[in-house]
Amino acid sequence: MAKELWKGNEAIAEAAIKAGCKFFFGYPITPQNEIPEYMAMRMPQIEGAAFVQAESEVAAINMVYGGAGSGARVMTSSSSPGISLKQEGITYIAGAELPCVIVNIVRGGPGLGGIQPAQSDYFQATKGGGHGDYRLLVLAPSSVQEAVDLTQEAFDMADQYRNPVMIMGDGMIGQMMEPVEFTDVPKRNLPEKTWATTGTKGKREHNVINSLFIDPAACEKHNIHLFEKYAEMEKNEVRVEEYNMDGAEIVFVAYGTTARIVKNAIATLGKEGIKAGLIRPITLWPYPSKTVEAAAAKANVKAFLTVEMSMGQMVEDVRLAVNGAKPVHFYGRTGGMVPTPAAIVAEAKKVLGGAK
Amino acid sequence: MAVVFQKTKGLTDKQFHYCPGCTHGIIHRLVAEVLEELGLLDDAIGVAPVGCAVFCYDYFSCDMQEAAHGRAPAVATGIKRVNPKSAVFTYQGDGDLASIGAAEIVHASMRGEKFTTIFVNNAIYGMTGGQMAPTTLVGQKATTAPYGRNEDLAGMPLRVSEMLATIPKAVFVERVSVHDIPNINKAKKAIKKAFEIQMKGLGFTFVEILSTCPTNWGKTPLESLKWLQENMIPYFPLGNFRNVEEVK
Ligand SMILES: Cc1ncc(C[n+]2csc(CCOP(=O)(O)OP(=O)(O)O)c2C)c(N)n1
Ligand code: SF4
Repeated sequence: MAKELWKGNEAIAEAAIKAGCKFFFGYPITPQNEIPEYMAMRMPQIEGAAFVQAESEVAAINMVYGGAGSGARVMTSSSSPGISLKQEGITYIAGAELPCVIVNIVRGGPGLGGIQPAQSDYFQATKGGGHGDYRLLVLAPSSVQEAVDLTQEAFDMADQYRNPVMIMGDGMIGQMMEPVEFTDVPKRNLPEKTWATTGTKGKREHNVINSLFIDPAACEKHNIHLFEKYAEMEKNEVRVEEYNMDGAEIVFVAYGTTARIVKNAIATLGKEGIKAGLIRPITLWPYPSKTVEAAAAKANVKAFLTVEMSMGQMVEDVRLAVNGAKPVHFYGRTGGMVPTPAAIVAEAKKVLGGAK
Repeated sequence: MAVVFQKTKGLTDKQFHYCPGCTHGIIHRLVAEVLEELGLLDDAIGVAPVGCAVFCYDYFSCDMQEAAHGRAPAVATGIKRVNPKSAVFTYQGDGDLASIGAAEIVHASMRGEKFTTIFVNNAIYGMTGGQMAPTTLVGQKATTAPYGRNEDLAGMPLRVSEMLATIPKAVFVERVSVHDIPNINKAKKAIKKAFEIQMKGLGFTFVEILSTCPTNWGKTPLESLKWLQENMIPYFPLGNFRNVEEVK
């Protein structure tokens, strides 16, 4: 297929449909409205599919619970304030081990915040925004093409682990148009959903979708089971791009839109004779800690500079991985402000000056 | 020996955990019998609430999902959209449905979601130990209304059936009670009608069932049945509020 120009949000929606998503439940919020709008247009064209505009994000995520519990490929999308409302449902989905895909096109916060791009929902996405011990697989595309590929794969990941997967974009990824090719991502070998509620048909015991374990020993056992699953994800699913890392004196760590801007800054720094590299986490959870740790052990690496559209959230994971081996600095803009390449270059020079 | 009565196949052998004299158990049996009699058990999918009936996923023998507090109608919406031919129902208490889940039930009705809600109104929060519900009667004592519900501060109890009956796509709405045999029989009829209308795909169907909570009302089972009859029914009148099949 030739490349076509697609807006990020619409491309994510079409990618989901290509991955076999037949049920979408959502509620309007900027800057992700094109996802439910596109789904409202496309789902009625597909046999047996449905789009429902829910009364709230709370309801939408619980519709996802019901649909996912019935074995279908289901998705919801929202932006920061709406994702906060979904947290109750997300922890129930994680607890009941249901596969689904949740898109967060992040905007500035806290509170009503703003509608421009931000990355200030990192803690919420990666550290468990709802109650209890659980993890989401969190994927952070940095182009529309990558958003399309990751969205398609997200459904397989969700099914493989029976776990919610979050696509974490930002207002920039959602709103910009880029050339996209809808290639078929490799399909995983997936188990049959024998646990789904589809009616017993008189042929089996009843299936129960549930996250309640009233006996503390059983509840702990369930948690341990979940964490064995999360350990598998950490083993198999970490994804990261390393860019220009050979001989880098300074290593940027950035994801999503910010990583693209950092690449610009790296080019400028290179022209000025400063070798800078980038570690770009593609999975925010599981986090590519080993890649960061390995970079910290290199003699040529003098310092890390984490760049985010937040007041500093992912930087905590960078510090944990670096574990004191090298200084870790932070530069961020927030509330919908996007860092400029020039500001990032200046910050890098400041860090290197200070490190000498 | 001839079998004159048998437990319905709609219930598992798991022993109920309900308090002595609690009418949740009767309501479970009625729903299960209706599913069996209509031949729907193999295709039914129920949604359990958060409340005393939380474990009903262990009692009904059909497929079940356990929802977050109040969200059963949203969960059932997801289930029914994926399984349009299945008989889908929610089983919810008054705290679950009329308080925290008020938005979900109103909007499932508005959309005319083709499932059936069994709404168990016992005028109190049973599971958490007797706090005030939206359906607690004025003057009725609850642990969070120790002087009795004060209508100036807490308002008047919500009449959910009357409210939902104003919604065009709520095509069957009836309030019944299980305080004596004739009423139990009427309750079963209403539940049956609701499932029949659901299976015809006509819209949202709703049966409110007045129920007892001897434990948190501080009454014996017999006193509770009497209290329900004398205090609840005058405020929550029994009867059909909507039946699409009778609207010509
Ligand atoms: C989000 C949330 N808030 C509060 C609770 C605590 N809670 C459990 S059951 C319940 C009330 C149940 O009362 P009702 O729905 O009337 O059912 P009953 O127990 O009387 O059958 C509450 C408040 C909860 N589990 N989840
Ligand atoms: S607390 Fe009340 S509603 Fe709950 S089981 Fe006991 S009597 Fe029934």
